Amino acid sequence: MSTTTTLPGLRAWLLTDTPASRAQAAWGRRYRIWRDFRANGVAMTGLVTIILLIAAALAAPLLATHNPDAQELTNRLATPSAAHWLGTDELGRDVYSRLLFGGRITLGMVVAVVLMVAPVGLAVGTIAGYLGGMTDRVMMRVTDIFLAFPRLILALAFVAAIHPGISSAIFAIALTAWPPYARLARAETLTIRGTDFIAAIRLTGATTPRIILRHVAPLCLGSLIVRVTLDMSSIILTAAALGFLGMGAQPPSPEWGAMIATARDYMLQQWWVPLMPGMAIFVASLAFNLLGDGLRDVLDPKQR
Amino acid sequence: MRHRLKALAAAAASVPITLFGLVLVTFLIGRVMPIDPVIAIVGDHAPPDVMARVRLELGLDRPLLVQFGIYLNHLLHGDLGRSVMTSHSVVHDIKQFFPATLELAIVAIFVATVIGIPLGVLAATRQGSRIDTVVRVFCLAGQSVPIFLLGLLCLVIFYVKLGWAPGTGREDVIFAGTIPPVTGLLTIDTLLAGDWDAFHDALAHLAQPAGVLAYFSMAYITRMTRAFMLDALAGEYVITARAKGLSAARVVWRHAFGNISVRLVTVLALTFAGLLEGAVVTETVFSWPGIGQYLTVSLLNADMNAVLGATLVIGISYLLLNLLADAAYTLMDPRVR
Amino acid sequence: MLTRRHLLAATAATPLATIGFAGAAEAKTPRGVAVMAKQIDDIISFDPAEAYEFSNNEVDANVYRRLVAPDPHDNTKIAGDLAKSWTVSPDGTTFTFQLKTNARFPSGKAVTAEDAAYSLQRVVKLNKTPGFIITQFGFTKDNVDSLIHATGPHTLVLKLPAPQATSFVLFCLTANVGSIVEKATAVKHEAAGDMGNGWLKTNTAGAGPYQMVSWAASDHINMTPNPHSGIHVNTPRIVIRHVKDPSAQLLLLQKGDADIVRDLTPDQIKTVAADKNFHITQSPQGSSMYIAMNQTMPELAKPQVIQAIKWAIDYDAIAKNITPNSWVVSQSFLPKGLPGALTTEPFHKDVAKAKALMAEAGLKDGFACTMDYISAAPYGDIAQAVQADLAAIGIKVTLVAGEQKQVITKTRARTHQLAMLVWGTDYFDPNSNAQAFCANPDDSDNSKLKILAWRSHFVDKELTDMVTQATAELDAAKRVAIYTKMQQLSQERAPFAMLLQKISSAELGKGVSGFVIGPLPDYTKYAEIKKA
Repeated sequence: MSTTTTLPGLRAWLLTDTPASRAQAAWGRRYRIWRDFRANGVAMTGLVTIILLIAAALAAPLLATHNPDAQELTNRLATPSAAHWLGTDELGRDVYSRLLFGGRITLGMVVAVVLMVAPVGLAVGTIAGYLGGMTDRVMMRVTDIFLAFPRLILALAFVAAIHPGISSAIFAIALTAWPPYARLARAETLTIRGTDFIAAIRLTGATTPRIILRHVAPLCLGSLIVRVTLDMSSIILTAAALGFLGMGAQPPSPEWGAMIATARDYMLQQWWVPLMPGMAIFVASLAFNLLGDGLRDVLDPKQR
Repeated sequence: MRHRLKALAAAAASVPITLFGLVLVTFLIGRVMPIDPVIAIVGDHAPPDVMARVRLELGLDRPLLVQFGIYLNHLLHGDLGRSVMTSHSVVHDIKQFFPATLELAIVAIFVATVIGIPLGVLAATRQGSRIDTVVRVFCLAGQSVPIFLLGLLCLVIFYVKLGWAPGTGREDVIFAGTIPPVTGLLTIDTLLAGDWDAFHDALAHLAQPAGVLAYFSMAYITRMTRAFMLDALAGEYVITARAKGLSAARVVWRHAFGNISVRLVTVLALTFAGLLEGAVVTETVFSWPGIGQYLTVSLLNADMNAVLGATLVIGISYLLLNLLADAAYTLMDPRVR
Repeated sequence: MLTRRHLLAATAATPLATIGFAGAAEAKTPRGVAVMAKQIDDIISFDPAEAYEFSNNEVDANVYRRLVAPDPHDNTKIAGDLAKSWTVSPDGTTFTFQLKTNARFPSGKAVTAEDAAYSLQRVVKLNKTPGFIITQFGFTKDNVDSLIHATGPHTLVLKLPAPQATSFVLFCLTANVGSIVEKATAVKHEAAGDMGNGWLKTNTAGAGPYQMVSWAASDHINMTPNPHSGIHVNTPRIVIRHVKDPSAQLLLLQKGDADIVRDLTPDQIKTVAADKNFHITQSPQGSSMYIAMNQTMPELAKPQVIQAIKWAIDYDAIAKNITPNSWVVSQSFLPKGLPGALTTEPFHKDVAKAKALMAEAGLKDGFACTMDYISAAPYGDIAQAVQADLAAIGIKVTLVAGEQKQVITKTRARTHQLAMLVWGTDYFDPNSNAQAFCANPDDSDNSKLKILAWRSHFVDKELTDMVTQATAELDAAKRVAIYTKMQQLSQERAPFAMLLQKISSAELGKGVSGFVIGPLPDYTKYAEIKKA
């Protein structure tokens, strides 16, 4: 009973043209965005897929049928069967279980990269954009240098220079991924900087760090979120490419790119062994792209 | 207009500074690589006295800054040093490998443009329809598939199973070394040599890697075309044209498209820059003897002269294409004028 | 120069016209051309005084000839190549070679003793990577001109500063570094006193059955017959194409786009073996895969732990399941086929015994360590299998992958704990491996001998002394006895778990025959390659 009465009530509260408080206005805006987003079937598919992938990765120990590292050398490269739903790999390990545990690594890498890149990009971009002058020029020159690098090559060189592994792969991808964020944040900041409302805040005597942190940065977040979501797919692909080239996660880690790298020699005869992790990468990457694309439509109408 | 030109000049002037930074970073990465460059040259079995001599010859005993200074000095004189892997000068190698990548990228961007722009226009004119959705998902899928997987699948399907396409490499083995290199672009060189068989062969070898790259880069082109087109279709001149009773196709292609073409040039320049680096994995899968493969192989063997040279070439191309995009935007866009 | 037009004229149809038979095995490559798909990105130089990788040594083996070569019927014996005969003085120091008179360079000029003397002097004076194979006998750039010289147009005298086992000296001369270069060509292309090294890096000037006409790094090698060699070749052109990916190599073979492929994985070899259109030729190689245990790590320095690791590994399961047809079990430091190699394999997986040894070492609960390995196939799979085997006896191994050169750099810096590596013998004599795995006269950082024993801080005076003793032993039987004893001692004490020996294989397309893989790349021959 209560749901039928409160939901319309809540919706009316959210959608009112005359919000009573700033909070109500903000929540109303968010609700409208969500309503637009939900109407986009393609984007919803992406969101649901991502939620499922995250759930599967989190519940990997419950869902897995085998120990992902258990070898069975006499049962290598087996076809999918009741015992091994997706077959076994070149050391007789269960591909299905490895995919589940590999999801944790791949998605974990994505989260780690984003957590490193977004703040750095935001900081560099807003500071450069807000302060202008020499600071801006120096910071943007550094950004340009990193932009001019072939992304995969910089990551490869960086990983090679330290040592191959998940943490260095994360650092390497982060190193190559931040410049576009800095550019984006700077461009946004340049438009915000000149607005009356920033001028007004400046008159109240707010310090520069405070203005950047409390007033400029939050306004850049919208476009940044879109960019992050769209970037997640390319982070997944870069991580997989690094793994594929032997510079990412190390065996016996079931990272998806590394799984393909070790299985690519079986492409012709035992095609399912490299294809399974390949499909996993594709699905995850596509889901993030669909989601990001949908978000761009609702959050960044200029690009529509 | 004037201050835009000034901004453009400033952008051009900053290119050398960016390049300097690029060389410095690459140089430093090369020097902290956990591979001893001496081992890369003389191998594992060489006795200590041979290794010590080669270390001296390479100047590796000198301070890092001095080494960098020497490298820069040579660079300014057009000398990129000698590659360990190929025994040739890096300049010679770049002349050999870069055209292969260029050819691949040119064909890929051509295919991506020819398919991507009409798709974008189609999606824009049918905004919100089922076709719009299909185009969108098709493009996003292209951006989501790992290039190495797509490449391997193509090889298995089109080469192995169907036999429609030739295998890896740039040309069939019987043509190797028979075409005098003039431009380095094999399709053009074979035509210059008047050798139709070799021309067909070169085209056939290009099809798969270029197709894979084209699919990957098409998404961005289609997406931007659609966005610009929606923008243009809402413009006043289009509405006026419609009111005049012009046919829909004429309105779309003549008026709206004409208006966005300059902005599309910018998009294409940026996509092309991205292609040059996207070629790295594609070249590995298809054994394409291009600059990407040269770079990866050199990197994994600590052949730092080669790595520096190749990075420099890709970096320069990238910067120039960006500059070109800026210039096109500044000089040609009617709205800016 | 041979052009494609000539080739097309020799074939009935253009290659394009014959595309389309999926899986068909008809040779599609032009008649008269043998196409070999192989990984050739290791090549740095073709100069025999400098070449020291697999692919260039193999090409040189078909482009250059040496004074002597292993007897094709029994690899452990020596036969003449350019030398018709030779004599050795009773004290073992003076070798006199009589050269054949019918061998010629592509220039048409006959091979003389002067060419031979110049080539060997050149090796010593340039002193590049493989130079030690010759200089280890005591030659220096100051004494070599007087010690190696021609005494007649076809007589070469080689004097050793100190006596050495005769077979040791002769086997070293069979290596690629003993190749005879045409002096006139080298001198003509000399630049800045490099004795033609710059030119010979990318060109060849030898009396072998073939000459190299073009090379593009990591792309292809083109070879045509040396018209004056006097050796009959069946195939007028050999093209070696660089194909990195083994799957792509298999494809080329199946589609008839390659006649010979060289780098298939064990599973792919199985596929080829099941197809009666193809056939496989194999030869054991002088390459050993082993695990080095750095003695600076206290746990790994305990003799019981060294033994426990050797008893924990399931050698047979690895060889049978992961590397069938490509690596076989080999547990002594001399790979089979080399003179003096042991033929027994004392170790097998025995978890109880290994655990008991761990307990005896006071490490009942095991310990943790890292293992560096080469990231390429099949090392990754083997490393993971070893990791599982060692886990069973309580040793928790963290795997660290790296490019081969990276792993080598690390072991040379002696910062590894466990490292799984490959060692190829330098020449076809037991001394190469005996010295590598046993000799460590000076464990300090300034040592003049920084090979495998030194790199893992393995100091064993008895074994070190036996290395020198064996090289000076003129009695062949006694020399073999020393090596037998050394291999047994090494199995007991040395911190090297010898795992596997490489089997090189080549897969030949329908109607292709005559390709001979040698036990070292220096002995692999193309001259008999024939297409039906």
